[in-house]
Amino acid sequence: MTSPATKQPAEPRRTIIEFRNITKRFGPVVAVDDVSLTIEEGEFFALLGPSGCGKTTLLRMLAGFETPTSGQILIDGRDITREPPNKRPVNMVFQSYAVFPHLSVIRNIEYGLKMEGVPSAERRERAEAALAQVQLEGYGDRMPDQLSGGQRQRVALARAIVKRPRVLLLDEPLSALDAKLREELRFEMSELQDRLGITFVMVTHDQDEALALASRCAVMHKGSLMQVATPADLYEFPASRLVADFIGSVNLFEGRVEEDDHDHAIINLPELGIKAWLDHGTGASETVQIWLALRPEKVELHKRENGEGPPDMEGTPKGYNVVKGRILDVAYLGSESVFDVRLEGGKRVRVIRPNLTRWDQEDFSWDEDVWLGWHAEGAHILLA
Amino acid sequence: MNNGIDWRRSLTGFAGLMGPPLGWFLLFFAVPMAVVWAYSFGTNVGISDIEISGTFANYARALEPLYLGILGKSLAFAALATLICLVIGFPVALAISFAPPRLKTWLLIGVMLPFWTNLLIRTYALIALLRDEGLINHGLELAFGWAGFEPLRMMHTNFAVMVGLVYVHLPFTVLPLYAALDRLDRSLLEASLDLGAGHIRTIWNIVLPLASAGIASAILLTFIPVLGSYLAPDLLGGPDSQMIANVIERQFKRANDWPFGAALAFMLMYLTLFGIAMQSLLKRRERPE
Repeated sequence: MTSPATKQPAEPRRTIIEFRNITKRFGPVVAVDDVSLTIEEGEFFALLGPSGCGKTTLLRMLAGFETPTSGQILIDGRDITREPPNKRPVNMVFQSYAVFPHLSVIRNIEYGLKMEGVPSAERRERAEAALAQVQLEGYGDRMPDQLSGGQRQRVALARAIVKRPRVLLLDEPLSALDAKLREELRFEMSELQDRLGITFVMVTHDQDEALALASRCAVMHKGSLMQVATPADLYEFPASRLVADFIGSVNLFEGRVEEDDHDHAIINLPELGIKAWLDHGTGASETVQIWLALRPEKVELHKRENGEGPPDMEGTPKGYNVVKGRILDVAYLGSESVFDVRLEGGKRVRVIRPNLTRWDQEDFSWDEDVWLGWHAEGAHILLA
Repeated sequence: MNNGIDWRRSLTGFAGLMGPPLGWFLLFFAVPMAVVWAYSFGTNVGISDIEISGTFANYARALEPLYLGILGKSLAFAALATLICLVIGFPVALAISFAPPRLKTWLLIGVMLPFWTNLLIRTYALIALLRDEGLINHGLELAFGWAGFEPLRMMHTNFAVMVGLVYVHLPFTVLPLYAALDRLDRSLLEASLDLGAGHIRTIWNIVLPLASAGIASAILLTFIPVLGSYLAPDLLGGPDSQMIANVIERQFKRANDWPFGAALAFMLMYLTLFGIAMQSLLKRRERPE
């Protein structure tokens, strides 16, 4: 999980977009269900979720292609809920790019300026500048069918930013491109956003894309917001099993709080037959079921073959956070290896181990008895 | 192809499959056309005998001012009717292509419904509407009778012919337009709106250019049958509303001058072929590959 472009907001920013109790129904289907959300100026905001979760509908309501069934949308404090798309200070990069096939690249980019009535000399100048910004100098006279997918995507981007919108909307901007190009454009888009300082709102089903690009993400599920947070917080402190499972992969163990203090907590994990030590209090009632979420890369493998005893885990008293298991399967992925480990009670645990040297992949193998362990800071408690 | 459908390897199969339709086409299309075409170079030598003499006299007569005038008027009628069909048909086709799926089916059936009714009956229905004591005049009488309303004279005028031509040929305009508009990528229209164009400018800048091939087909598919229309001018028109098809019909029937009728018919045919050739030429220029 690399996040090269994660940006922490430096200073408190001004709210630019506000969704107030937005609901959208299509006949009997509730696509967006009472969503309230604010997006701040200069953010790279991602709406993340599986297909059909309502993220695209939310974006299309922001663009003006759909009207909410109820609720309000404000941009810069102005209610634009019922304003037509051509009157809104937003522009969109479409999933299919929607580059006009009968117009040359430069005329595609000039289109929006022409509609504004920008004089032709200035129009050409601004369009050329926008082309340069997406690294397409000299492509102005090409027709769209002479461009590759990646180039068409850049034209769509240039066509939108040349209008200097308050907010740029991106609908699955990289989904149609191959993996290598996607990686490349990811960095470019992040850089472009930095340079322009425009607020970006992106819809994506690709969690890597969201984590890599966004300064904040909203995870949506069945029309509702599940969690709004920075990528790191989404990954390290998911609010629910649903979010934990959607962002990356996760091991979930049912449990109950046994001891809860301000600086530590002890969780009983009956599925594992052990107790877990946490470096922070949970605030959860001892009577309700909770879940211990453990990311695969936060689990350590230790040898157990020659009767080695349980290793000590950092930050925990002896005997906590370690459990016996047996390796069922190994997948060598180059940079890391993924292990499928079965615990004595039958529970399966996924472990990711980085290959720090060229020989690390040989450390553990099929059918090996191991200890699994994790740090006091490794696990996270979920209440829902 | 290695699955045995290559016609070069299975000539009997190919002949068996293509023989009957080809024979039909030859016997009932190509041969009669050739006969009429040959007649156009012939001379009447008796009441029913025609000698194919290779003369161009029939064509020379067809180019006389009288017939050229009627041909010109037919072209003008066809052009006007096509234009009216486009002006009415485009919004209709646009509306259908944007209608919700279930309504779309019904609207399309509505457009095609007249096809299932005999042309003669539809034309008579128009008479019932347009004549002096017809439905329109009756309605107007009810509304404005107090003001001393005089029935409008609509039957046997060029106006009635135009109404008939447009009414009969509107589906030929709407269907190809609909096919072209329905294929349009909706995100292109949304992109245009998003970039600041209103609906009218989006239609003008994006929809019309991208639907141009469909518009050309619609024009052709409307213009050609209108040009050869016979029934509407015959039943709805007056003495000065004759179109070329009426003249042709008279040559074959009352005047019993088949060679001249054939020459007139083929004049129309040459014009039509020229139109189609022009259209494909334009199409090729659109896509240089």
